Amino acid sequence: MSTLLEVSGISVTFDGFRAINNLSFQIGSAEMRAIIGPNGAGKTTFMDIVTGKTRPDEGRVIWGEKSVNLLKMSESQIARAGVGRKFQRPTVFEDQTVLENLIMALKNRRRPFSVLGYRRSAEDVGRVEVLAEEIGLKAELPRKAGELAHGQKQWLEIGMLLAQEPRLLLVDEPAAGMSPMEREQTTAILVEAAKTRAVVVVEHDMEFVRRLNCKVTVLHEGSVLAEGSLDHVTANQEVIDVYLGR
Amino acid sequence: MQRSFFMRNPSVLIFIGLLALFTLLVTVFSEAFGVGVISTSLVKTLGKTLCLCLIAIAMDLVWGYCGILSLGHFAFFGLGGYMIGMWLMYERTKAIVVSSLAEAPLPPTADEIRDGIGTQIFGVVGGAEIPPIWFFADSLFAQLVLVVTIPGLLALIFGWLAFRSRVTGVYLSILTQAMTLALALYLFQNDSGLRGNNGLSGLQNLPGLDDVPQATISIWFLWASAFALGLGYLVAAWVVGGKFGSVVRGIRDDEARVRFLGYHVESYKLVVFTLTAIIAAIAGALYYPQAGIINPAEIAPIASIYLAVWVAIGGRGRLYGAVIGAAFVSLVSTWFTGGQAPDIPLGFYTIQWVDWWLVLLGLSFVLVTLLAPQGIGGLFDLFTNRKTPERGGADLGPDAGSLQEKEAEQ
Repeated sequence: MSTLLEVSGISVTFDGFRAINNLSFQIGSAEMRAIIGPNGAGKTTFMDIVTGKTRPDEGRVIWGEKSVNLLKMSESQIARAGVGRKFQRPTVFEDQTVLENLIMALKNRRRPFSVLGYRRSAEDVGRVEVLAEEIGLKAELPRKAGELAHGQKQWLEIGMLLAQEPRLLLVDEPAAGMSPMEREQTTAILVEAAKTRAVVVVEHDMEFVRRLNCKVTVLHEGSVLAEGSLDHVTANQEVIDVYLGR
Repeated sequence: MQRSFFMRNPSVLIFIGLLALFTLLVTVFSEAFGVGVISTSLVKTLGKTLCLCLIAIAMDLVWGYCGILSLGHFAFFGLGGYMIGMWLMYERTKAIVVSSLAEAPLPPTADEIRDGIGTQIFGVVGGAEIPPIWFFADSLFAQLVLVVTIPGLLALIFGWLAFRSRVTGVYLSILTQAMTLALALYLFQNDSGLRGNNGLSGLQNLPGLDDVPQATISIWFLWASAFALGLGYLVAAWVVGGKFGSVVRGIRDDEARVRFLGYHVESYKLVVFTLTAIIAAIAGALYYPQAGIINPAEIAPIASIYLAVWVAIGGRGRLYGAVIGAAFVSLVSTWFTGGQAPDIPLGFYTIQWVDWWLVLLGLSFVLVTLLAPQGIGGLFDLFTNRKTPERGGADLGPDAGSLQEKEAEQ
């Protein structure tokens, strides 16, 4: 399997605090990966670097077949290149309808003047309806996103991510605040997505990670502590020390 | 798959209908074309108010929809006025100079006419030379092009610098204030080439139309202002109505999220900022011929702050709110400061509205912001059923995401 994203030797320092320390990571083009680690391990900072929000002090982030350097690109360019990100807190546009949210996310031309001349085509509405069906929000399309329940907002955000048709999905704690039923459905959506693209899930909840049934990367103090199956890493003495305290 | 534009934006047709009705009524009651109930000065006030409504729409686009609290849009308004004022003043002065030189034994040369115009216009600031920026002043077409391009360019350059360095929120507001203040201070200088604090005057006289009475001209400008306002409303509704509006409102609510969706936020802000600057400039170019005079005090920072107050009181985030706010507040303001409002004697002190109007305005601004953030426009929600999501009440289920009491009852 070809490598989609290759992060090598990145380090970031915030006011003298080393949030990421010589971290290397890679993921294939159709692969699911879970990242776990205690608070402050650098999980969110890692996502910030890949999506262009934070610039590392050193290291390289290489993307795709053409080996593009992501560090030279702006957030929006990276997003257009195919990196989608879901935040921990559901961030949907509450003042707009579910349909508008999805149409905005739908993969299309993004330049201001193309958007100004945009008209909703039957094809686009069709794509949105299929997506809405998938995330269980078909009946809610004309409702304002702000009226949705918390779990529905999470799904809407996942739906918006899928609408972007990214090649790499970065998902930050998708199961937070969801009921067991909703978690199951979220798992199913993510596993389905990982068949055609790379999915990176950051999660605290070990039970959820177990259900994803994928390779796990353990972060600690800004670098990779262990990598492998969940059973493999949880048997690792260092990981046990970090999680359970010394 | 989409319903037609007017179906989706019923306020556009209603607004244009009301505007046409208003214009017709004013025309019918005017001195020039009708029964003469409405005085020419009132027609001018109404025409000017329409221009203020137009810049309020621009402010609503940039602030209410895009979330950029610009406190500098009156700079563009003033620049638009200056650009048209240059032509008006130059051509009128030229006509005067030509007629006075016509009595001389020899026909005047082009240089003599030019010198005469220079002395007439710039004598007041101690000069006689026509500055280079007046190069196009004898061409109406060129100055009309400048009405759009000069403020547009200023907005483009300013916006590019500000947005590129990701200046947002209150810092951006301060920057826009600084821009308008700097421009006003520059124009106050005598050697700015625009007559310093004297500004440009006599703009109510249209060159070549000396025989047309002001009563008629005022109605022409009322029509032009109404047309521009209707068109501006239409353009604004079109811009915010579709996906572009969706993205722009997204930028207002969560800029970072829009960025991660792949939209280049800075370009969008720049487009909105420049477009609204151009709308403001057109409004200014229609306003000052009705006001008759423009000077740098018009560009002072306070003017742009008033603009924000109008839009806030009218209700930002909806176009008709901005129009209502601008019309209502500026007309009430004219009434209070024009000495027409009766004083209130309290025995020990008499409230004179000329002095106390600003206190009243400030108070209403604070009250609207605190108690009715939707502004006057929010009243329309009472009968159009536009509900804002309210997720009050306790959770009904064990999870944070479950239905809440009030939702379940609906």
